Amino acid sequence: MRAFAYHQPSEISDAVTLLTSVEDSKVLGGGMTLIPTIKQRLAAPTAVVDLAKVPALKGISDDGETVTIGAMTPHAVVAASPIVQARIPALAQLASEIGDPAVRNRGTLGGSVANNDPSADYPAAVLGLGATIITSAREIAADQFFLGLFETALQPGEIITAIRFPVPLAAGYAKFKAPASRYALVGVFVAKLAGGVRVAVTGAGPGVFRVAAMEQALNGSFEPTSIASIKIDAAGLASDIHAEADYRAHLVTVMAKRAVAAASR
Amino acid sequence: MQISFTLNGRATTVDVDPATLVSDLLREQLNLTGTHVGCDTSQCGACVVHLDGVPVKSCTLLAPALDGATLLTIEGLGATAGSNGLHPMQEAFREHHGLQCGFCTPGMVMTATALAAANPTPTEAEVRHGLEGNICRCTGYQNIVIAVMAGAAAMHATSAGE
Amino acid sequence: MGQVIGIGAAPKRKEDQRFLTGRGNYVSDIKRPGMTFGVFVRSPHAHAVLRGIDKAAALAAPGVVAVLTGEDVAADGLGSLPCGWGISDAKGVPMKEPPFPMLAQGKVRFVGDMVAFVIAETLEQAKSAAELLSVDYEVLPSVVGVLDAVRPDAPQLFDDVPNNVCCDWELGDKAAVESAFRKAAHVAKLSLVNNRLIGNPMEPRAAIAEYDPGKSHHTLWTTSQFPHVVRFLMSALVLKLPEHKVRVVAPDVGGGFGVKQFHYGEEAVITWAAKRVLRPVKWVADRSEGYLSDRHGRDHVTEAELALDENGKFLALRVKTLANMGGYLSTFGPNIPTNLYAPLLGGVYTTPAIYCNVKVVFTNTVPVDAYRGAGRPEATFVVERIVDVAAAEMGIDRVELRRRNMIPKEAYPYQTPVLVQYDSGDPMGCLDGALVAADVKNFGVRKAESARNGKFRGLGFSTYVEACGLAPSRFAGRLGARGGLYESATVRVHPAGQVTVLIGTHNHGQGHETTFAQIVSDKLGVPFENVDIVFGDTDRVQFGMGTYGSRSLVVGGAALSKAADKVIVKGKKIAAHLLEASEQDIHYESGKFSVAGTDRVKTIEEIAGAAYVPHNYPLEILEPGLEEQAYYDPVNFTYPGGCHIAEVEIDPETGIVTLVNYTAVDDVGTVINPMIVEGQLHGGIVQGVGQALYENAVYDDSSGQLVSGSLMDYCVPRADHLPMMKVATHSTLCTHTPMGVKGCGEVGTIGSPAAVINAVVDALSHLGVTHVDMPATPNRIWRLLQNASLPVAAE
Repeated sequence: MRAFAYHQPSEISDAVTLLTSVEDSKVLGGGMTLIPTIKQRLAAPTAVVDLAKVPALKGISDDGETVTIGAMTPHAVVAASPIVQARIPALAQLASEIGDPAVRNRGTLGGSVANNDPSADYPAAVLGLGATIITSAREIAADQFFLGLFETALQPGEIITAIRFPVPLAAGYAKFKAPASRYALVGVFVAKLAGGVRVAVTGAGPGVFRVAAMEQALNGSFEPTSIASIKIDAAGLASDIHAEADYRAHLVTVMAKRAVAAASR
Repeated sequence: MQISFTLNGRATTVDVDPATLVSDLLREQLNLTGTHVGCDTSQCGACVVHLDGVPVKSCTLLAPALDGATLLTIEGLGATAGSNGLHPMQEAFREHHGLQCGFCTPGMVMTATALAAANPTPTEAEVRHGLEGNICRCTGYQNIVIAVMAGAAAMHATSAGE
Repeated sequence: MGQVIGIGAAPKRKEDQRFLTGRGNYVSDIKRPGMTFGVFVRSPHAHAVLRGIDKAAALAAPGVVAVLTGEDVAADGLGSLPCGWGISDAKGVPMKEPPFPMLAQGKVRFVGDMVAFVIAETLEQAKSAAELLSVDYEVLPSVVGVLDAVRPDAPQLFDDVPNNVCCDWELGDKAAVESAFRKAAHVAKLSLVNNRLIGNPMEPRAAIAEYDPGKSHHTLWTTSQFPHVVRFLMSALVLKLPEHKVRVVAPDVGGGFGVKQFHYGEEAVITWAAKRVLRPVKWVADRSEGYLSDRHGRDHVTEAELALDENGKFLALRVKTLANMGGYLSTFGPNIPTNLYAPLLGGVYTTPAIYCNVKVVFTNTVPVDAYRGAGRPEATFVVERIVDVAAAEMGIDRVELRRRNMIPKEAYPYQTPVLVQYDSGDPMGCLDGALVAADVKNFGVRKAESARNGKFRGLGFSTYVEACGLAPSRFAGRLGARGGLYESATVRVHPAGQVTVLIGTHNHGQGHETTFAQIVSDKLGVPFENVDIVFGDTDRVQFGMGTYGSRSLVVGGAALSKAADKVIVKGKKIAAHLLEASEQDIHYESGKFSVAGTDRVKTIEEIAGAAYVPHNYPLEILEPGLEEQAYYDPVNFTYPGGCHIAEVEIDPETGIVTLVNYTAVDDVGTVINPMIVEGQLHGGIVQGVGQALYENAVYDDSSGQLVSGSLMDYCVPRADHLPMMKVATHSTLCTHTPMGVKGCGEVGTIGSPAAVINAVVDALSHLGVTHVDMPATPNRIWRLLQNASLPVAAE
């Protein structure tokens, strides 16, 4: 690969300093996107700031109301976490369906959310649960965080340190897995929270989004049948060799129903 | 930079450019060519090794991640168990014809041993799901699945007998 | 002391120890002293005039050793990449055969066409320099699909190939077919697409070349299925080198499936470049580069019509196909959709008249050539689909319609109306066996169970035959082959009785080191462990045509069998001398030469010892040593076949098709190693399932870019896409190969696509669905279901 300077800070503040002081520096989480991008010469950072040795970015905690997961926690650890399995089983299940076993051992929550790939799984859970993104500078509500295709509210040099997920009354995730890439062709996360139902969709559009009509219907009755006839507009949805936009629109309803069914179990 | 790690049971220190993939470090610098590279998008799994006991894709891992860690490659697997230099999982692949051209085999075996270590009695469905990140073009997977189930049983029997 | 392990046994494979322990020796594992690294600069455009290349910046980049382009190729007077087959149209006019320069000259014709080769001290330096190469393209309109390519206003790839048609080829008695159609009670029609595929052996292609100026000698290590053919084509026709000064080595090769049975421009460029820079040069493709340069497979658009009488008896078949050749003619390119396609349109049926017209068409895509099955899966798909269409339209059960038209076992040898004569077979036996193995009688119960879960279940049949064991040279020559298709083997018995076999086929997953050792162990009575098989090195192996077309055992194994017979013949002469008997009285069995009716015996080890230490030896009439060589040229193709039954379940909500059961009963002739045969069937079936359900090489119509450009978008089947398959053999023996073998490498891929799609159509037939194109993706199924719920439009 093309050469770059490599830094492995142990404090978040040092990482931020490196990222803001070195032009074209990139933050390295699990590397599942960054490394292939550099390898294929689609990116040429001058420096890579590896967060692997920052202890403050690891760990999973439960305060009764919320579960907080460190940004550098790998998907496999989330999937296997007794806390997550007990408190937000849909999130553990989602983590267990990302990529493949080797990817899950390296890929991290923070990396996935910061990258905001339109087909990634985690953004659906973060938006669906109305989680809070904790960064090196502030806290950002999920509704304000995802800004479309690979775009987020993160400022240059701002690092996600953890994500705080409210514990829902019920939640479910249903994923239509793209057969080759294993990304979500369409994935729907549905959560019933004290403040109402949230429905978040990944894979279908240029970024994760909520479906207000489904949320309203499910606030009325949290049953798959409540949303069976709600069709979302295909305009603006992704269309590619795997799924045309109207098919994706159809799948949103199908996966939403299945997510509700999973949440109800 | 200099990194130190345990490679196939031996303390190893190498001088490496940080912009080096572990797969390249193994193949080009350390002459351990059993770890294969079959794609450029982290899909095929031919490069799977164990980093601190869990399977990872060495083509999507920077060499500095090895510092202070324990790395096991296909070349070191057989040395950990067995009389003819074959790990029970390797033996099961041989017994059940779980390989043809051999190119995906090292990654397949490394994924399989990790799977079986975590789940001593995997079902067929669990094995198939566990192999979703390893592509084989020759076997149609059938004999690989059979081999992994048999290998898991053999690993369990071996460790129970110790 | 090891034991004899012969034909029919299933020893574990000899090759496994090195592969399982990471000690295989693939091309990318090889390092040479002073090695440099090469990168190919490939066209980003599908069609463009190459106005000029400015090398200056690339040459000035750090570590750069050389930058080579098509101009350098032309300046050195090098030849074009050859096509190994020359086909002709009905009037005998030869196909259009435009040159295929190893580095583009004047024009580029597909995304991935090679424009330059950059060599540097390190791979990174070569990549960086390649990015600095300034290429001036004048982009032209491009065409990627065959239907578009033959339109009068289509972009023209070559000035002297009107309408992009390479050849308008035909086979069969057109008048007889037309007459039969006039008498038909029913005509079934079907339009179909045979989807374009990328072979995807797990090892990407790679090559290393070096030149020894002291000996004027070239060595090329390459990921090839046929190193001798590469040496011949490259030396004689491209680089114009004396063949004895070129060594081609294909060591362990990580899968081929056809992708590695062509002479590629990269091989010639690297060999040429290594001499120019006087350093070893290495190139390893990454997967995405492979997608832009490995020859693709299939890509047909076909119209088929089947004429039947009132009882459902097939009267005639008429097939019109447009076959995509891509931007240039590859090594076997034009042979695949013609000679390996139309002769199989008879299937296992007694159809008396068949006519097939194939337009072979150039497009701005990667050249298309053989991929596992090569022509025969396409033919099988046409035949087995249209039989189902006819059955549905005439209200005749699909299995019954097949039975009414099947060639009965006793009718073999059977001459078809399309050149080939099947020597043996029992399609009815395979069908009967598969019906039982697949538990077809309880399918209704399973279908009802699926329906209760809201799923559609379908069953699909494919009763098929293929032609393999390529090939009888004389026959192939009449069809346009420019080379022979025999095979060679040497059996070298060492002084202590161990055996080395030197064979011209190439083992890249098929288990030859095991199967061939069984043949020798069986014939010579030597322990299995005492036989090693050498292949893949032109300096060690005498000659060979390599491995493709399910030919290794059929043709190579036959040569090996003949060579072993010659060893026995010589052994008898030696034994006669040692035992002081007449040669006619020497009886040979299982490694023992005895005088008939006595207990006087010499073992093969003793014979070998005498041959190499000829103190007591008939030197006047016999040479010392015990080594024999044989070349074998088959008298006919072999015709494996069988019956495949696929069972699918469809989720109408998502359109996902799940293969739930798969049964294959195949006739592959004599089985040498049942474990290996089963493995070949498994792998072959899954490649066919991949074509039917998952795989598709897709080009963008307007830009000519390959959209399915990596393993992220091209779906090679995964373990979790598949059920456990049931495979079995129901063998009749080939009547003309020495051991009765027929070959098994491709049958799985040939029989399966039709079985799977027939099952998908069956599952949806209650909705009026009569055909589904491949791959039957969820999107495609959902679309069909959407349309099915609409009123059926009048034709």
